[in-house]
Amino acid sequence: MGAEKLIKDFEAIVGAENVMSSETDRHAYSYDAAVLDPVVPALVVRPDTSEALGLTTKLCNEHGIPLTVRGAGTNLSGGTIPHPGGVVVLTNGLNRILEINEEDMYAVVEPGVVTATFAAAAAKKGLFYPPDPGSQTVSTLGGNVAENAGGLRGLKYGVTKDYVMGMDFWDVNGELIKTGSRTVKCVTGYNLAGLMVASEGTLGVFDKIILKLVPPAQAAKSMMAIFPSMKAASETVAAIIANKIVPATLEMMDNFTIRAVEKFRGAGLPVDAAALLLIEVDGHPAQVEDEAAIVEKICKANGATELKVAKDAAERDAVWQARRDALPALAKLKPTCVLEDATVPRSKIPAMIEALEDISKKLDLTIGTFGHAGDGNLHPTILTDKRDKAEWARVEKGIDMIFDKALAMGGTLSGEHGIGLAKAKYLEQETSRGTLEYARRMKSVLDPKGILNPGKILSLQDLG
Amino acid sequence: MADIKKLAELFKELDDQLVGCMKCGMCQAVCPVFGQTGRETDVTRGKLALLDGLANEMLTDAEGVNEQLNRCLLCGTCQSNCPSGVKIMDIFLKARAIMTGYFGLSPIKQAIFRGLLSNPKLFNSLMGMGSKFQGLFTKKVDDLLGSSCARFNAPVIKDRHFNTLAAKPLHKIVPEMDSPAGSSGLKVAFYTGCVIDKIFPHIGEAVLDVLNREGVGVYLPANQACCGIPALASGDTKTFDKLVAHNIRLFVEGDFDYLITACATCTATLKELWPRMFSGDSSLKYDIEQLEKKTMDISQFLVDVLKLEPIEGNGDRTVTYHDPCHLKNSLGVTSQPRAMIQAAGCTFKEMDEAGTCCGCGGSFNIAHYDLSKKIGSRKAENIMNSGAQTLATSCPACMLQITDMLSQKEAGMDVKHVIELYADGLCK
Ligand SMILES: Cc1cc2nc3c(=O)[nH]c(=O)nc-3n(C[C@H](O)[C@H](O)[C@H](O)COP(=O)(O)OP(=O)(O)OC[C@H]3O[C@@H](n4cnc5c(N)ncnc54)[C@H](O)[C@@H]3O)c2cc1C
Ligand code: SF4
Ligand code: SF4
Repeated sequence: MGAEKLIKDFEAIVGAENVMSSETDRHAYSYDAAVLDPVVPALVVRPDTSEALGLTTKLCNEHGIPLTVRGAGTNLSGGTIPHPGGVVVLTNGLNRILEINEEDMYAVVEPGVVTATFAAAAAKKGLFYPPDPGSQTVSTLGGNVAENAGGLRGLKYGVTKDYVMGMDFWDVNGELIKTGSRTVKCVTGYNLAGLMVASEGTLGVFDKIILKLVPPAQAAKSMMAIFPSMKAASETVAAIIANKIVPATLEMMDNFTIRAVEKFRGAGLPVDAAALLLIEVDGHPAQVEDEAAIVEKICKANGATELKVAKDAAERDAVWQARRDALPALAKLKPTCVLEDATVPRSKIPAMIEALEDISKKLDLTIGTFGHAGDGNLHPTILTDKRDKAEWARVEKGIDMIFDKALAMGGTLSGEHGIGLAKAKYLEQETSRGTLEYARRMKSVLDPKGILNPGKILSLQDLG
Repeated sequence: MADIKKLAELFKELDDQLVGCMKCGMCQAVCPVFGQTGRETDVTRGKLALLDGLANEMLTDAEGVNEQLNRCLLCGTCQSNCPSGVKIMDIFLKARAIMTGYFGLSPIKQAIFRGLLSNPKLFNSLMGMGSKFQGLFTKKVDDLLGSSCARFNAPVIKDRHFNTLAAKPLHKIVPEMDSPAGSSGLKVAFYTGCVIDKIFPHIGEAVLDVLNREGVGVYLPANQACCGIPALASGDTKTFDKLVAHNIRLFVEGDFDYLITACATCTATLKELWPRMFSGDSSLKYDIEQLEKKTMDISQFLVDVLKLEPIEGNGDRTVTYHDPCHLKNSLGVTSQPRAMIQAAGCTFKEMDEAGTCCGCGGSFNIAHYDLSKKIGSRKAENIMNSGAQTLATSCPACMLQITDMLSQKEAGMDVKHVIELYADGLCK
């Protein structure tokens, strides 16, 4: 009876066709890309106007209904697994690019715009939007901001947070909060846009986002270097940066991943190589030539056994195909693929790789590691079958051990995949009790009924 | 309703394949149905989650899941792009078979599949009658395309513009054939397929014409039956098995180097589904596998085997090409048809999203016409924006859908099979 009335209320806001209550529809919004158990929501709604998004948020708050905003549902930490009895709010009805301003180099977008669609639209106007998560053909900009998504270009160009100039978001009372501006400089009030970055839907519901755009590089050069040891590869990374060269991308693959990719594509990667670096420098053509020559020299000086510099677009594509193949090649090996992203200071990469090998041996787990060597953001990928209970227990232990190691090296739990449900229990270990208390106090004021994506980032377990 | 637990048991058989989906959601970028609706239940990840939900008894609405399962073009785009390599088409077809076993086949489908398709002679004579009477119900709208729209608004016909049944089907024009290898030293078997036989016999004639010109012998047995895909897609494995067995027995009689078809869907079915999904008489397995190895698309045969050369100096006619899902996604054949267009002397122009599904999807087009039309409409726009005069493709089923879409937009373009361009010298 009450439920029916509520459905009517939601229908009045978003239209009957945008309220989904069937068992099949609800089941299809019970999961995301994290390896976690699904939770079926009570209702799914899809607002297609800004006002409807605000009214939906307000209605949820009035009734104390947990609300989980969902973009493409590709996050890897359970950020869009709804709370029992909650409502899932879809943003794919809000997918308009409202403005791309060439003169002032910014854009205003709705939260459901797909990352790659936006980057292509910017490119058409001669501008560049650098954040490029591996999921960019489907991920939404709202999801990117809420997770502070990174990508291959993080080292030189930064991550999503470096492109958020401002936004409008809805608070739980249905008030539209405005923060930041279309100007490069802005100190009007608290930097609430900064607070919204990586907030995973727990502090507000993004409405319009103002994103910074930059001029694209005029030239780029890619190369692939092969190393006899992980140490030699890591020293190369350190030396490149010590030489004041910041490559646009600096990616690494371990031997296990190299073998998997070679088996998958057969493009002729050396299967006995301990490590492989994929490097791209970009910028002014003359600078690119200079930097590429220096990088080449550094690779050789640090013991690279083979170096391939891409001569044309096709060869450049082949270099990056190897990187794009890493995840699919690994994922095909076993039914379940747990993609981690513990991150350490750059200099600790060899130690971290050693620790991962150690963990894999000790627990008898298959782990392939690739990732963003330039910024220390590794992706140890555990290959398993979640139906194998005994092995799954070892996987969970392995994840604990990976975090312990990363934190001991001065690293962090997550470079880009977020905390969500999956990593909430580790948060105190990296920060402190006081930090969590502070965050809880803040959340309890901004969201007194605790309706905004409960349990994400701040665990509900240890509340007592 | 029969026991839902039993159904769950049946779906558990798919568990080993379902577990391979890592729920990454990358299929959202490519699924044409999801592209229109944006609903998770329409995308592969959602459909697989629903099947998993049934298998693990998290769901009880089997009918709802079945409905979703059928909102799919079986275009295979998701499978060819899935980073985890999930055998999605196998899962969907097996799931449809399980569902049909559980809910039973609708009376209409029973009549069509078991009564008509499995009986090629009856099918042919009834369709023959249909072609004589259809003039009463349809009027010509777009002479260039040769499509007809319904004069009476019958529910299944809606506002579609469809190609009419040919006055004389291919099996009437060329009942059978067994000619020896000519100058090429090669001989091929020709599997015609229903759509070419009954709606586009001219494509069949073009194939025979080119093979004859190139000195290739032809084995064309009479009484060929449907390849079985409509039955299999509806979960009717019984009819599928019967049709495969019937065809295999016809073709083992011949002696040939290759089996060619001019229908992408038939080629993919013969190559991928006959070997994998046939569950009938196991003594036929070997023959099915042998036949699979010899099967190829007509343009593959002409370009890869006969080494057809592009003609110097492009002709006046500009042609764009639509990749049928069953050639591109299932078999990876994309360059040969384009080479054929150039071998025919046409000026080739690539369109945007050439590899995106046209939205036909067999019975999907009938059950979900509005959705099918939206997907097809986008295809039509891409075709028109290419600026070409002619749309060529390699699948008669795509031709039906695209003709409908272009005709509704009054595009004034013609739709041809690549073999017609070549055989009829349309670009010279
Ligand atoms: C194959 C693959 C590769 C990946 N590669 C990368 C990578 O290279 N780098 C990287 O950083 N991540 C990567 N990811 C993770 C994921 O794609 C990113 O976290 C992405 O930003 C999620 O976007 P989404 O639209 O799917 O968001 P969702 O998963 O739908 O949501 C993510 C979070 O954002 C919140 N949210 C979404 N929209 C709003 C809104 N309007 N207001 C408030 N909160 C909102 C949700 O509540 C949730 O907490 C990858 C994932 C996969 C499956
Ligand atoms: S792309 Fe493949 S693995 Fe990823 S969600 Fe879709 S079906 Fe599953
Ligand atoms: S087969 Fe085609 S329509 Fe069906 S789920 Fe895959 S991509 Fe979508």
